[in-house]
This record gives sequence, structure tokens and C-alpha cells, in this order.
Amino acid sequence: MLLRGVSAVRDEHGELHEATRPVVAVCMCGRSQRQPWCDGTHKSVRSTRRD
Amino acid sequence: MRCPHPRGPLSTMVRGSLLRHAELDLDAFTRQADAVPRADLLRDGDVQLALWTLYELHFRGFEDVSDDLEWDPLLLGARGVLECLLERDLRRRTVERVQGALDADGPLAERIFDMVAADDGPRLAAYLHREATAAQVVEFLRERTVFHLKESDPQSLVLARLEGRAKTALAELLYDEFGGGRPERLHASMFADSLVGAGLESSYGAYLDEVSGTTLAVNNAMSLFALHRRLRGAAMGHLAAFEATSSVPSRKIAAGIRRVGLPEVVAAYFDEHVEADAVHEQLAVRTICGTMVEEAPGLEADVFLGVATCLLLDGLAGGELLERWRASGSADGPVEQVAS
Repeated sequence: MLLRGVSAVRDEHGELHEATRPVVAVCMCGRSQRQPWCDGTHKSVRSTRRD
Repeated sequence: MRCPHPRGPLSTMVRGSLLRHAELDLDAFTRQADAVPRADLLRDGDVQLALWTLYELHFRGFEDVSDDLEWDPLLLGARGVLECLLERDLRRRTVERVQGALDADGPLAERIFDMVAADDGPRLAAYLHREATAAQVVEFLRERTVFHLKESDPQSLVLARLEGRAKTALAELLYDEFGGGRPERLHASMFADSLVGAGLESSYGAYLDEVSGTTLAVNNAMSLFALHRRLRGAAMGHLAAFEATSSVPSRKIAAGIRRVGLPEVVAAYFDEHVEADAVHEQLAVRTICGTMVEEAPGLEADVFLGVATCLLLDGLAGGELLERWRASGSADGPVEQVAS
């Protein structure tokens, strides 16, 4: 999921992650190794359906 | 950067004309170009260097070449001859993949992602991740200098050709590529820092005489698509595939760089691209290509041409490196051939 104009996102543990670029991609598949950001891992889990 | 050393008759004629030693004989140039065997076009160093040199007049230029020549009609004529050959070859080699995508069902974005997923090209990133020697990683970086030291410059030329949502999305992507307002985050500069960390020259064009014809072809295809309004669909399709084949491989390349013990700064460029290109691929595939084709359905086939060209050429360039490395054996010495 792309977000624009955010300075940071807060994850489900309440931890704040600074956005270092103007548009960020937030992980939706849960498998990224760079949470909360997308790292492309969703491509290996194509059968996973997002809720 | 000075005008590169020629690799054959075509690049000799181009260089001679650029340095004003002789006016280009367009008939002789055309005859020479037509004589190049079609099967070899993409790897032919002479063709690809001649074309690259002519394109470079629109980018950084050369210290020993007058900027006045950027739009010289004879040079543009010569470039047109080579572009015609290149475009025809790219279309011929991608016709099946493009037709497959046109015939498939589903939204454009999913068909682009499917084309990328279905690509069975050589796994260069996987090799760099687990098997490459430090020398091989450095060689890979050297081939990549041609593009990454001007990263996104060809794509930026397309901005003026777009409108509306596609234009805004491309601007968003490019703003990130060009540093998001911070020069130290300019991707081309980050790559230069990686080169220095790897013990390589970071000046623009330093390795031009050494890179393969195929590597030059990779770059020429981007310039071809970017410099012609008619090919704007292909330019953005290429960008979409380029971004969509970057994030996961960048992670592997960064890991390989660390495995062979190169400095952290070398991996930093690729680390940045894991996240940056996860964003860019969504922008390029969905917002740029998706909206372009929604608003101009006639561009659909060329978008797939761009996607397929990226996969084809990156595959050829990657395959060339892998073949060279496997042929030369491992770092431990020559490979024994045993009878089976």
C-alpha cells in the first residue's frame, strides 16, 4: 500500500518508523524483512490473499 | 569524459564526424550498418557504441565534442539508421511475449506483473548472492556504471511527453530517484559512492571502453524509447519492468556484496533500492502504465514491448556475465572436466 506525505508510520507494536522518501510502500503481506516497509517478498507469496 | 575509442567502422565514422575530422558520409554509414548480421546486432560493440555515442550528445556530451552537434542533421540521420535497426530487432525478438500479454485476460498491471514473473532469464542476482567471487561482483558493478551513473536520466526525458496522473506519478518516482531534495540521496551519487568503496573509478564514462556491446544495448534501448514520443508507451513499460525486477534482486546483490567482504558503502546502494523500488514498481506499473493505457488504449502493445525489451536485454546482459564467469572456472582454479 502506497502512502504519500507521511513523516512516519506507527506499527502494531506502537513503534514509530520514519519515512525517508516522499512515497512509501507499507507491507501488506506480513512477510517483509524490512517491516513496516514492502521489500518485494509478497511476490514469493502470491497465493496469500490480503484481508 | 572524452569521445570513446571506436570499436569498428561505424563508431570510427561517428567519432571522426564528432571531432570534425571528416563530414559523415551517410550513404557509406548506411551501407556499413546494413551489412551487420541481424543476429549479432544487440551484442555488436561497434553498432552499440556508435549509437550510444550519438545518444550521449543529449546527456552529458563529451569534452572534446562541440555541444553544437547535438542536433546536427547528418548525425541525426546516422542515428536514425541505427535506431531503425535496433527497434526492428527488439520488436522481432519480443513479438511472442508481447502477443501473449495482449491476448491474456486481466487488468494491465496484473499482466505486466505476470510477464515479469514468467521470465525465465538467467539468475544473475542469485549467483551474485551465493557464488560470485569479489572480483566477479566488482566486474558486475563495472558493467553497471554505464546506466547507474546516469540513473533515471533517460526516463526523465519522458516527463514532458505525459499528462495528468501518469505525469504526476512519473514525477513522484523521479523525485525519489533524484534524491527527494537531498543531493546525497541522488541515486547516481549513491552508486558513485559504492564504486569508490569497491575500489573502482566513479567518474562518468570511465569504463566505456571495456563494457560489452550488450551492456551498451541495454542503455540504448532506454534512450531509444525515451527520445521518441511515438515510443512513450515502451519507455514506461520498460521502466515498469525495470522497477519490478529490482527490489528482490537488490536484496540478494547486497547480501552477496557483504558475503565477499566488500565495504558497507557498496551494499548501501542496493539496500536503498530494496525499499525504493518496491515503491517505484507499484507507481510505474499501476499508476504510470495503468493510467497511460486507460487514457490511450493504443499504447498497450508498446507498453508490453517495453516490458519485454527490459526482460530480454537484462537477460542477455546477465547471461553474458554468467557465461563468462562459469567458463573461467571458480576462484580456486580451473574446473576439471571429467568423463561421464
